[in-house]
Amino acid sequence: MTAKTQPQVKAADQPITVKSQNLWKEALGRLRRNRAAVAGGIIIILLVLTAIFAEQIAPYSYDEQSLANANAVPEWIVKVFPSMKPYAVINNAYPLGADALGRDLFSRIVYGTRVSLAVAFIGPIIALFIGVIYGSVSGFFSGGLDNIMMRIVDVLYAFPGLLFIILLMAFFRTTIAHPPEGSFSYYIGQLDAKFGGLLFIMIGIGLTSWETQARLTRGQVLSTREQEYIVAARTIGVKDRHIMFRHILPNIIGPLIVVETLAIPAYIYTEAFLSFIGLGVNPPTPSWGSMIATGSRALRSYPNQALFPALALAITMFAFNFLGDGLRDALEPRLRGAQE
Amino acid sequence: MVAYIIRRLLYMLAVLFVVSGITFALMHAVPGGPFDKEKKLPAEIQANKEKYYHLDDPLYVQYFSYLSQVIVPRITSEAPTLRTDDDYLVTVPIGIYWFKWMNFGPSYSSRSRTVNDIFRDQLPVSFQLGILALLIAIIIGMPLGIMSALNHNKWPDFMGMSVAIFGVSVPTIVLAPLLVWFFGVTLKWLPPTGWGAKPPFVLGLFPRSLGWDYFKYAILPAFVLGFGSAAIIARLTRASLLQVIREDYIRTARAKGLTEQMVINHHALKNGLIPIVTVIGPLFAGLVTGTFIIELVFGIPGLGKYFVTSISNRDYPVIMGTILLYAVFLVAANLVVDIVYGFLDPRIRYE
Repeated sequence: MTAKTQPQVKAADQPITVKSQNLWKEALGRLRRNRAAVAGGIIIILLVLTAIFAEQIAPYSYDEQSLANANAVPEWIVKVFPSMKPYAVINNAYPLGADALGRDLFSRIVYGTRVSLAVAFIGPIIALFIGVIYGSVSGFFSGGLDNIMMRIVDVLYAFPGLLFIILLMAFFRTTIAHPPEGSFSYYIGQLDAKFGGLLFIMIGIGLTSWETQARLTRGQVLSTREQEYIVAARTIGVKDRHIMFRHILPNIIGPLIVVETLAIPAYIYTEAFLSFIGLGVNPPTPSWGSMIATGSRALRSYPNQALFPALALAITMFAFNFLGDGLRDALEPRLRGAQE
Repeated sequence: MVAYIIRRLLYMLAVLFVVSGITFALMHAVPGGPFDKEKKLPAEIQANKEKYYHLDDPLYVQYFSYLSQVIVPRITSEAPTLRTDDDYLVTVPIGIYWFKWMNFGPSYSSRSRTVNDIFRDQLPVSFQLGILALLIAIIIGMPLGIMSALNHNKWPDFMGMSVAIFGVSVPTIVLAPLLVWFFGVTLKWLPPTGWGAKPPFVLGLFPRSLGWDYFKYAILPAFVLGFGSAAIIARLTRASLLQVIREDYIRTARAKGLTEQMVINHHALKNGLIPIVTVIGPLFAGLVTGTFIIELVFGIPGLGKYFVTSISNRDYPVIMGTILLYAVFLVAANLVVDIVYGFLDPRIRYE
């Protein structure tokens, strides 16, 4: 495998050197040869661009209503779903049709990219941050503290995840709805409103998803801290904090990132799911989950209203799954199980 | 072994105690009470209602009286009444006395129903859905994984793994409306909503008849729910089987001259399927607890719907009851898996 990526020696009199390859370069090489992962990566880049340039791409604003065009559909959709012919309001100004309030579906899907991607990138950061700190403290100072900390994680595991996050969301949404002006929860509430309700979703996801990361980190720290270079660092009197962050963490971060990448689709799904049951982003902020929810209520008459956001969600999850699988294969060849 | 199980059961109780405490604290921290309605009740009536349900007691009193109602069995000479605060899940007559155990309390949002009523009528539906979904997951997932592993890096492998990645990537909130639209609305092969079994249930859990009238309602939701898990099982089966196939004892079996079929069926599959058992426990718990999105889309009268509405209604006993029930499912599933694992893999010993 690695032999192919090494430079060929041209002349015999040149000394035989092998260009030093670090882990990341080698991994990138492996990743590039995985076609599915590359496709996933390209889709994600396109999605990121869509999210950044949503204002330029979307023909309408996400909350622009035109009740005269409620449920309007363009001609090509009527051709695909002939059952809509008798009642459809045809308006070709909407490329994918309009929803029940006369808002352009395409524009809302484009803006919805922002919500899903924000969760996809910030969710893992929160989970990594809490999980790695918790896990490394637990693993590093093993003994009584470790025992207590891991029992706490065990208990949190017994919480039915989705139910817990629903309860948390209900708690956040109502507690911080009308707080006294100037209090801490007031500012948090303001911030949340500014993000269209996304802040609490992030906090909820973060609070319910760090446990796996904590367990993994602890295991990694436990196995790493017995190795010789750590013992050596200890003998020359390096501080605990330095050992942890300079010596142990850089060596274990690879697998942690891989696991987190593989969890991204779950985060995207959690947000969509919360928005689906009405505990997610605040309307009119567009989220694919809430669009699918409202769309599926009109499934019989206007299938396009659920179909297109559903496609967007599925494609995004595909992309992250492909990239995650590719990253795992590239960074952790041993994790592949028995793939040759 | 017995000591191990007892220790695990005690540990389970401790976990459930903590779960109940956190849930109780969290739900009481949410502002608003069960009787705060859009149209405000007169203060005396509100106070009266809260007194009736003991909501005017201090929180810790409420919490411990709730726990004692659930945990402590009682023997009284009082025959069971129809009062909503006198509904015990286990009620057995012993002579002139009655043995009563597990009272999960009344539901605040209904005058005549208790949490136990909801458990009796709605839980079986969610449970059946979970079981069927698990069956579908195993029936699709295992053969897919085995096929992929035995044809490693050939086209059946790529096919199988494509199906698997499809299953992981297409979430239930996408698959459910699409299938309803396709099979329920366009083709009209299957009813788009509803459930084919009503209480009373056989043994409190199973439907009375298993005909087409039952399955025509169950196929779509069970498939949607189970498909994602099928993908997980397929990937795991494949990985585990590929690892086993390279073991020395498989080479030995081949060297002995056993037929390929013998090697696969008796040596490879037996060992390769052990890790699958470990995921089936949590998977089942996840399926039973994860049904409510399906229940929402398919209009199934299961437990999940009650949970979501109970939160917005501040229906405290229903919130506590459902979370505790699901938590029991989770821990019990893990315990069962650990025990079964010991039987399947004799190398594992419980101290």
